[in-house]
Amino acid sequence: MIEPRLKIATCSLAGCFGCHMSLLDLDERLFELADRVELNRSPLTDIKELGECDLGLIEGGVANVENVHVLLEFRARCKILIAMGACALNGGIPAMRNQFTLRECLEESYLRGVGLVNAQIPNDPEIPLLLNQVHPVHEVVKIDYFLPGCPPSADAIWTFVNQLLSGQPIALSYTQIHYD
Amino acid sequence: MSEQPSFTLDGRRIPFRDGQTVMAAALAAGVYIPHLCFNPEFAPHGSCRVCLVKVNGRVQAACTTPAAAGQLVQSEIEELREIRRGILQMLFVEGNHVCPACEKSGACQLQAVAYYVGMLAPHYTHFYPRRSVDASHPEAVIDFNRCILCELCVRASREVDGKNIFAVRGRGINARLVVNTPSGKLGATDFSVGDKAAQVCPTGAILLKHHGYEIPIGQRLYDRKPINVVGDVAQLSESRGGRRHD
Amino acid sequence: MAESSTLAQTIREIVQRHGGMSTRLLQILREVQDHFTWLPPETLDQVAEALGVSPDKVRNVAEFYSFLYTEPRGFYDILFSDNITDRMLGSRELLHYLCERLDMEINTTRADGLVSVGTTSCTGMCDQGPAALVNGYALTRLDKPRLDRIVDLVNSRTPLTEWPREFFEVTSNIRRADILLGRHFADGAALRAVLKRGPEAILEEMVKSGLRGQGGAGFKSAAKWISCRGAPGDVKYVVCNADEGEPGTFKDRVLMQDFADLVFEGMTLCGRVIGARQGFVYLRGEYRYLLEALKATLLRRREVGLLGEAILGDPGFQFDIDIHMGAGAYVCGEESALIESLEGKHGVPRIRPPFPTTHGYLNKPTVVNNVETFAAAAKIAVEGGAWFASRGTAESKGTKLLSLSGDCERPGIYEYPFGVTVRRVLEDCGARDAQGIQMAGPAGHMISARQFDRRICFEDLATGGSFMVFDQSRDILDGIRNFTHFFVHESCGFCTPCRVGTSLMRDLVTKVHTGHGTRADLEEMRKLGRIMQVACHCGLGQTAPNPVLDSLDQFPESWERRLRSTAYEPAFDLNAALEEARRLTGRDDPGAYLSGQDLLIGAMP
Ligand SMILES: Cc1cc2nc3c(=O)[nH]c(=O)nc-3n(C[C@H](O)[C@H](O)[C@H](O)COP(=O)(O)O)c2cc1C
Ligand code: SF4
Ligand code: SF4
Ligand code: SF4
Ligand code: FES
Repeated sequence: MIEPRLKIATCSLAGCFGCHMSLLDLDERLFELADRVELNRSPLTDIKELGECDLGLIEGGVANVENVHVLLEFRARCKILIAMGACALNGGIPAMRNQFTLRECLEESYLRGVGLVNAQIPNDPEIPLLLNQVHPVHEVVKIDYFLPGCPPSADAIWTFVNQLLSGQPIALSYTQIHYD
Repeated sequence: MSEQPSFTLDGRRIPFRDGQTVMAAALAAGVYIPHLCFNPEFAPHGSCRVCLVKVNGRVQAACTTPAAAGQLVQSEIEELREIRRGILQMLFVEGNHVCPACEKSGACQLQAVAYYVGMLAPHYTHFYPRRSVDASHPEAVIDFNRCILCELCVRASREVDGKNIFAVRGRGINARLVVNTPSGKLGATDFSVGDKAAQVCPTGAILLKHHGYEIPIGQRLYDRKPINVVGDVAQLSESRGGRRHD
Repeated sequence: MAESSTLAQTIREIVQRHGGMSTRLLQILREVQDHFTWLPPETLDQVAEALGVSPDKVRNVAEFYSFLYTEPRGFYDILFSDNITDRMLGSRELLHYLCERLDMEINTTRADGLVSVGTTSCTGMCDQGPAALVNGYALTRLDKPRLDRIVDLVNSRTPLTEWPREFFEVTSNIRRADILLGRHFADGAALRAVLKRGPEAILEEMVKSGLRGQGGAGFKSAAKWISCRGAPGDVKYVVCNADEGEPGTFKDRVLMQDFADLVFEGMTLCGRVIGARQGFVYLRGEYRYLLEALKATLLRRREVGLLGEAILGDPGFQFDIDIHMGAGAYVCGEESALIESLEGKHGVPRIRPPFPTTHGYLNKPTVVNNVETFAAAAKIAVEGGAWFASRGTAESKGTKLLSLSGDCERPGIYEYPFGVTVRRVLEDCGARDAQGIQMAGPAGHMISARQFDRRICFEDLATGGSFMVFDQSRDILDGIRNFTHFFVHESCGFCTPCRVGTSLMRDLVTKVHTGHGTRADLEEMRKLGRIMQVACHCGLGQTAPNPVLDSLDQFPESWERRLRSTAYEPAFDLNAALEEARRLTGRDDPGAYLSGQDLLIGAMP
C-alpha cells in the first residue's frame, strides 16, 4: 500500500539535542520510519526553509527571541505540534536559571567569570536576545501532544509516532513514561 | 459472630474496623488509592487532595472520610483521574521540579503518583518561584523548590522525633516550609538522619547527603512497576529502595 | 524602640492582662502590635516566653493574619478597602491621590517610617464607601477634601484620638425593617422566657420557627442546638460568628452596633439551652471601632443581672461572654477555622467530621451561629416559633437582612421576609438600571437581568446577605477580576487546589480582561473552576470559582468582547519578557523586539 508520506519537521530550542539523539536511537527502525515519513526542516537535514508539515517535534524550551520565532513558525506550518522532552514540557535544566534574574545570570557569566578580558555583556545584534525567563513551549503556542522524558526513550518515541501515524489513541506503556 | 462491616470500592467489598477511614481500610485490603500527604503512620491531614474519591456520589478525600457500612465508593473513574491529574499538575507548576536533576527521581512519590494518574505534562503556567536550597546540615539537604507542603516532615518531627524542627508558615500561595530556628537553617537544629522526619518526605525536598544516583536508571523503585504495585517509598525497606538508615 | 528590659516588661504586662492564656495569643499579638506598630522578632520571642509556648507557634500566628505585621510598618497604617463597591465609588483614584499627596508609593511605608498605605479586603462599609482603615479603625465616605485633611493630620503627627470624629462615623442606614429590626425588644425577655418555660419548650419553639442559619449555609438552628445539648460533656461553648468577611455584607456590623443586646441575649439563651457557661463573639478586625461599646454593653448586662453569675437571680444560670478580635482573615469566618483562631492559632479549617457541635472550641461541644441567627433566636424565645414562621416561604421561614450596595440610590440594610424577588429589592433600593447582581458575595452567585424574578430564599437564591448591584455602565469583568484577587489573598494555603488554583484563576481572568485571552482560556477557566468546586478542603476554595463560572454562563458577551480572534495566545507578554535583556545590553535594534506581526504567525494553529 502506497500512501503519501507524512511530512515531519523537528527543531531544538533551548535543549541539549538529547531528544534528537534519542530519535537517532531508533536505529534500524529509522529505515522503517523513512518509508512512511519525509523529513522536512530538522537538525538532521539540510533544509533551511520550513515547509508545510503534518507533524512538528519540538525539543527544548523557549529561552530567547530566536526560539520564539522558530516555535511560532513551527506552529504556523505544522498541523500537529508535539512537545518532546522535559525542557519543552517544563523548561527543564535551562529553566533552572529562572531562579535568578537575567542580570544575575549575565553578570555571573560575562562580568565575573574566570579569565575574562574586557568583560562586558554581549550586545551584538546577531546574538538572539534572551527572555527574562525560560518557558515551556505550551506557554507560547498551542501544543497538541506531550512526550515526557529527559530524553524520551527511543521506544517511547517509536510507540508514540506509530500510534499517531496509524490514528490510534496515544497510550504509552508504564515504562515509557518518565520525567527524567 | 457478626460479620465485619464493609463498603464497596469500585465494585470490591472492603471490610473496615470502627474508626477507620476509607483510605486506611482500602490500603489494608490491598487496594490502592493515590495519596501524597497521607502516611499510615500519621493522623490524616487532608491537604494534598490527591486521594479524592466519590462517596455515594460526592467527591471527598478518602484519607479523611470515615468508612461507613454500605458506602458506595468510586475511585478509578475518568472523572476523578482528571481531577487528580489537575491537582498533580498544580503541584508541579507551583514548585520547581527538574526531575532530570533530582536525586529522588525514580524513587519519588510525587513523580510516581503523577505517572499513576497519567500526567504527561504540567499543563498549567509555571510559577517558577524563587526558593532556596539549604545545605547547612552535615548530613542532609533541603531543597525547598521540591516541597509540596504535605507537612509529613512537620508531623514526624513534632509527633515522633519530639523535635519540632519544621513548620509551614505564611498564608495562601505564600505558604512555605520553614526550619524552626532564628537563622532558618537546618544546620542549626539537632536534626539527625535517624529522625523520622528524615524518612517521610514523598519528594526530593529532604535528601540525605553522601548518597545519590546509587541505583542505575531502569532499576529504581518506580522504574518498572507503578506505585500501586510497589507501595510508598517511605513505607519501604532500604533493600527495596526506600528509606535509608545510617 | 524601647530598651529590651522595658520591652519585656510591656509584653509581660499585656500577657498578664490576658491571664497568660495561650488561647488569647491572637489578642495578645494585636495589643503588642498596637504598642510597637509592628511585631519585631524579639517581641514574638518575648510573647512565646511569657506564654510558655514555642516561638514557632507565635510566628505561625503572626505570619498568618494580614493585620499582623512582621515587617516594619508606618506609625499611621492606612488600608483602603478594595471591594468592587469601593472601586465603583472611586477608591482607586483616591488611593493614588493620597499616595501622591503623601509622596509615596502604594503598598509601601514612607521612608520616614511615619505612614504606610495599602489595600485590604472589603471592610464592610460598602454603603458608605469609599472606606479605609487607619490603624484598624474604620474611615468612611472618603473623598479628596477628606484625604487632604488626613495628609495634614499624618504629616503633623496628630494622634488618631484628635482626628475629626466625623471621619470615623459609621451610620446604620436601615432602610427597611421587619420583625427583627422593627419591633421593640425588652432586654432580658428571652432569658425570662427560658427560665419560665425551660430549655425544652424553647427548643420546641425554635423547631416550630424553622429558623435556619443566617450566615449563608442555612443549617437548621434548632437541630444544631439540640445536637450540642445532647453531646456528652459538661463544658460547652457558644460562639457568635461576627467575622462578616464576605465582601458586600455589613448587616452583622449594624446588628452589633445597634442591636448588641439582642445578639448577646440570643447567645445567653443558647448557653442556657445547651448548657454552656461561656460564650465568645468573634468580631472581625475591621470592626475594631465597635469594641469599646460592646464591652460596655456586656458590662451593663452584667450589672443588671443579664450576664455573669446568677442571671436573673437564678444561681443555676451562669453565662458570660468574651470578645475575640480577628485580624484580617476571611477564612476565619468558616466555623472550624474560626474556632482554631479562637484557640489562638492560625485559621486553617479543620477536617470535618467531627463537627463543632460535638468537637468545637477546645474540642468541647460548641454551637457556632451567625450574629443574625442569635438575634432571631432571642426574638423567637419571646414571640414564639409560630410567629416567626408566619413569614417567609415553606423552606425558609422568617426574614433576612440584606446588605445593599453598588449601583443603587439607597444603599443600606433591608429586612425582607424570605421569598422576596430580586426585582422587588431592586425597586426598593432605587437600582433602575441593573445589569447584574452579585448575590451572597463573591462566594455566592452572579445573576443577570433574566433572573430578576427569582426569589431570595433557600429554595431558590440562598444568601448570607450580600447584594451588590452592577448597572449597565459597569464592566462585569472588573468585578470578577476583583473577586479573583480577593480569593488569592484570602486562601489559607492549606490545600492544593485552592492554594494554587486561586492564583491560576486570577491569572487566566487577568489575561482575558486585559485583552490577551482566547476562547481556549475560557474553556481552561471552566475546567479549573470545576476542579476547585469539588476538590477543595473548605467552602472558601469550593466557592472561589463561582463568580467566574457564573459570569461565563450569565454574561458571555462580557467575556467574548475581550477575546482575541486567534485560537491561542501566550501565557505571558513575550515582548515585555525581552525588556530586561534590552536594558542590560542597551540594544534597540529591530531584533530586540517581538512585534505583534511576529506573534500573529504562531497564534493560528
Ligand atoms: C470561607 C467561609 C467564610 C465564612 N464566613 C462567615 C461569616 O463571616 N459569618 C458567618 O456567620 N458565617 C460564615 N461562614 C459560615 C460558617 O462556616 C458557619 O456555617 C456559620 O457561622 C454558622 O452559623 P449559622 O448556622 O447561624 O449561619 C463562612 C463559611 C466559609 C466557608
Ligand atoms: S521531587 Fe520528584 S517530582 Fe520533584 S524534581 Fe524531584 S523527582 Fe521530580
Ligand atoms: S519537605 Fe517533604 S515532607 Fe516536608 S512538607 Fe515538604 S514535601 Fe512534605
Ligand atoms: S479551600 Fe483549602 S486552601 Fe482554601 S481556604 Fe479552604 S482549606 Fe484553605
Ligand atoms: S492523601 Fe488525602 S488529602 Fe492528601
